[in-house]
Amino acid sequence: MADSRDEPLVLGIETSCDETGVGIVRGTTLLADAVASSVDEHARFGGVVPEVASRAHLEAMVPTIERALKEAGVSARDLDGIAVTAGPGLAGALLVGVSAAKAYAYALGKPLYGVNHLASHICVDQLEHGPLPEPTMALLVSGGHSSLLLSADITSDVRPLGATIDDAAGEAFDKIARVLNLGFPGGPVIDRYAREGDPNAISFPRGLTGPRDPAYDFSFSGLKTSVARWIEAKRAAGEDVPVRDVSASFQEAVVDVLTRKAVRACKDEGVDHLMIGGGVAANSRLRALAQERCEKAGIRLRVPRPKLCTDNGAMVAALGAEMVARNRAASSWDLSADSSLPVTEPHVPGHAHGHDHDHVHEVSKENLYS
Amino acid sequence: MLLLALDTATPAVTVALHDGSSVVSESSQVDARRHGELLLPAVDRVLADAGLRLDAVTGIVVGVGPGPYTGLRVGLMTADTFGLALGVPVHGVCTLDGLAYASGIESGPFVVATDARRKEVYWARYDDVRTRAGGPAVDRPADIADEVAGLPAVGAGALLYPDTFPDARAPEHVSAAALASLAAERLAAGEELLEPRPLYLRRPDAQVPKNYKVVTPK
Ligand SMILES: [Zn+2]
Repeated sequence: MADSRDEPLVLGIETSCDETGVGIVRGTTLLADAVASSVDEHARFGGVVPEVASRAHLEAMVPTIERALKEAGVSARDLDGIAVTAGPGLAGALLVGVSAAKAYAYALGKPLYGVNHLASHICVDQLEHGPLPEPTMALLVSGGHSSLLLSADITSDVRPLGATIDDAAGEAFDKIARVLNLGFPGGPVIDRYAREGDPNAISFPRGLTGPRDPAYDFSFSGLKTSVARWIEAKRAAGEDVPVRDVSASFQEAVVDVLTRKAVRACKDEGVDHLMIGGGVAANSRLRALAQERCEKAGIRLRVPRPKLCTDNGAMVAALGAEMVARNRAASSWDLSADSSLPVTEPHVPGHAHGHDHDHVHEVSKENLYS
Repeated sequence: MLLLALDTATPAVTVALHDGSSVVSESSQVDARRHGELLLPAVDRVLADAGLRLDAVTGIVVGVGPGPYTGLRVGLMTADTFGLALGVPVHGVCTLDGLAYASGIESGPFVVATDARRKEVYWARYDDVRTRAGGPAVDRPADIADEVAGLPAVGAGALLYPDTFPDARAPEHVSAAALASLAAERLAAGEELLEPRPLYLRRPDAQVPKNYKVVTPK
């Protein structure tokens, strides 16, 4: 085995939503994962307020970089590269991280790697379970994404098999928590109530699971409406809402569809590994049901620890390290934040060496989500 | 002394190097929508023109606004991070002070106003090119017409609203060269400059967008 000192030492910066994340990795080894969150400032609005998030990123960035360096016990001079989430995400929030990463890389004389947030969510699993199997099937579920992705090479080849056609899974959790007056964010609190409820108490609809529906796309909007109506009907009738049973039954409907489609995608594509990432991957029922169904299907399940599933800088560093290890072209100094960076672009190479990638860019824009 | 000055609080992306006695090199581009893309290449160009490397810089000067937030943060985040990486101090200067300094108006009082969008201006009143008498504030031009009546005014905000600012003059945008010269002068005089923190002057719009956390393109 190679000396781990030979592996690239990379610092990653993530600011696509409300977490200011700075992580440091050496190859596939996690050295630091510093996160400052502005989630409390958004709670009273029931969702992430972009301007509040952007202001918080600016405040938190330098202290978070310092904390990560200290935690990792490395000097900035020894870094082999700086990686940053170039997109997708909230435009103003991304721009703060991209500005910081560019200035840091330029001042230190290190290469800059603008990388894709979704590919980073997949790549982070290398820090938990070692190098990703190729190909890898990934189910990404959070407040912002619900996607099934197939990756043959996380630095260059990520294909979207399916995605939500309306709400993200985590968004549905937030909305139902709001209807139940449980606060924001909704995922953890619904998970907690659901543990004491009956998942079969109420039969809520499973979106897009009919024989003619797209096999890998998701829809949670109908489910959300159905649950809200059920709750309102109870209230209108003057009855108590069984919060535990509603939570359990709603959660079951979400994770049933997610795991069913993910396992089916693995079987259809002949992939024997499934990774689950994103904030909703912390959901205990999703983990349990995925485990059960994967075992039955002979698929190995890989789910990173919850702190690596939510947005963080370590995942960006992990993908950056892979870019360095595989000699991918660095980004140029005019790298921009791209709020709708397609998932098919794991990184944003500089134009000087980017002819192949330019071509990929053109093709992917047309094929994506059509 | 070698100061690197930058400002992104107005539509201008402006960078300058100052050696303590004069401006060594500078770059100014006006493009309100591409601050993020333009700033680092401009820094690189200004350094190359002077035949210097970033690690020769002994201090960073940054315009702290007021200005529209997204662009303003590009300059501040860049300045902060340069400061961290190089271990040099980062000094803040009010962007309007830079415009006042560059105005060349020999006797005050006068007004500096920049475009705050939403039919408002960021503005401040000056006794002379080095002395801010009040502000900065953000207001609708019509609401401050009495306060600024009869005063010469500089900046894009003044040029945009001739009814309120009939004696509007150049410069339209701030230059990092002026910012650097003002900062060098104040540092030489042993004055304290501002903390490099943004002057937003407005509370954030607390609107949660409909699909608030959607980061997957549809
Ligand atoms: Zn995410």
